[in-house]
Amino acid sequence: MNRIISPKIAQKIMKGVFWASGIITALILIIIIGYILVKGLPVVNLDFLLSDPIDSGASGGIAPMIVSTIIVTVVAVLVAAPLGVGAAVYIEEYTKENFFVKLIRFGSETLASVPSIVFGLFGLAFFVVFLGMGWSLFSGGLVLAFMALPTILQVSEVSIAAVPKSYAEGSLALGGSKWQTVYRVILPAAIPGITTGVILGMARAMSEAAAILFVVGSALAMPASIFDAGRPLPLHLYVLATQGISLPNAYGTAAVLVILILIITVVTNTVVENYSKKMMGR
Amino acid sequence: MKEKIEEVIVERALLITALSSIIIILLIIIFVFSQGLPAIESYGFFNFIFGSTWNPDAGDYGILPMIVGSLGITALALLFAVPLSLLCAIFMAEIAPRTIRRILKPVIETLAGIPSVVYGFFGLIVLVPIMRVHFGGTGFSMLTASLILTVMIMPTIISISEDAIRSIPHEYKEASLALGATHWQTIKNVIFPAAIPGVITAIILGMGRAIGETLAIIMVAGNVAQFPSSIFDPVRALTANIAIEMGYATGLHYSALFATAIILFLIIMVLLVIANYFHYKKKVTIGGGYL
Repeated sequence: MNRIISPKIAQKIMKGVFWASGIITALILIIIIGYILVKGLPVVNLDFLLSDPIDSGASGGIAPMIVSTIIVTVVAVLVAAPLGVGAAVYIEEYTKENFFVKLIRFGSETLASVPSIVFGLFGLAFFVVFLGMGWSLFSGGLVLAFMALPTILQVSEVSIAAVPKSYAEGSLALGGSKWQTVYRVILPAAIPGITTGVILGMARAMSEAAAILFVVGSALAMPASIFDAGRPLPLHLYVLATQGISLPNAYGTAAVLVILILIITVVTNTVVENYSKKMMGR
Repeated sequence: MKEKIEEVIVERALLITALSSIIIILLIIIFVFSQGLPAIESYGFFNFIFGSTWNPDAGDYGILPMIVGSLGITALALLFAVPLSLLCAIFMAEIAPRTIRRILKPVIETLAGIPSVVYGFFGLIVLVPIMRVHFGGTGFSMLTASLILTVMIMPTIISISEDAIRSIPHEYKEASLALGATHWQTIKNVIFPAAIPGVITAIILGMGRAIGETLAIIMVAGNVAQFPSSIFDPVRALTANIAIEMGYATGLHYSALFATAIILFLIIMVLLVIANYFHYKKKVTIGGGYL
């Protein structure tokens, strides 16, 4: 090949190929999001967002699904964030790199790669059947917390590790105890990263359907409490699409999900970045 | 004294949170295995994974067609996703001007963030009819599923490979350029070979995501529990097998679905061990900057 095509021409050809690959990747996103939004946005209005579904979702809105999504996501974050951030603080500040830390890392890596449907089976066997919690949004939120945990732990760990050692030394030299140093100095400095981790975990929880398929009960009615059955948005979209109930409502639900994800991406990319510049001078 | 006690309590509490992920993974193993092992025991491990008939009504629980289905979809998806992702990763790390990179990064984050059911829905509404028109049949096929998976695993492969390429020391590149090599020769002969461990990790993690994906595949793969004779045939993945039948399964059937999850879990563990062998750790990015 090299003898036929001169290096200079190869360089030009490959540059074109690389540009094409970048453009194709961007196009894929634009086509998918564009299609969903063009078809879905006309359906999305206040009435759609605030009313109950009629005839299993054939018409009407998605209000109970939005409430269900909020409930499972809040439960997941309230459980996973303290566990993930706590574990990250322990690994970075309270112990040295040893077998125990390696074990925790391996545990969280494994947790991160367990397929969502396996989480679903576990949730069914453990929360619904073994603990007798039944099909409920609370059980679903707990399963999602377990899925979000590794994301929050890994990102928090990195952001705590990135806090300059001099910060902690300054606090300790002033007579601050270990916990005071962590709580007053290290955590505030690491907060932008930790927030990103929590938001990413939250995004994972709110877009998951397979893991809660057998756990939340898939009820259509507005949940009266977190111990009721419910049907978060992704699960609703799955049911609408696969059972051929209503194409327009499926488009609308998909559009709402896509908008949520777009908001999350924008928030993590701008707000957190600005805050981190202010706090860490980066 | 009071302060000391507080310090000890805090440390203990943090230790417990640190243990949580290990406890959770153990709980998952205990509960999935305890429900699934009875089926493997009564049906026989080799009959289970090498049996070619899955017919719960007749008491046949062979999951080989689903293993073939999962591996087939995954292999095809990798075939499409790996070249495109690696080109895109090299583009972002080496070629793209700053502004283009600043556009592509959120594009890839968004691709990674789109819920899998939305991908499945898009596949069902857009891709399946296209496949039906061009290749005949129902449009639900191994190829359709692998195309949707391609898009789903690209962000994983791109972001980890890009990171690996970016972490190659500048001296390597400068030395090659100083010797008169073109940028492409440098990428091909110096930068990319040095980034191989990271690239392999990226591919393995993408593969893990492909094998674990459930609902998006169910929506486009056709889900027939038979050996496919071509890539245009419908197939059923291991994950799909669980999700489709769990709703009504009882007794040995219920247990056989948990046993399917055990096999899935074992496949993922093997991938994870291989990925760990290459020792590549992705740097986590926060906001716009690297940490």
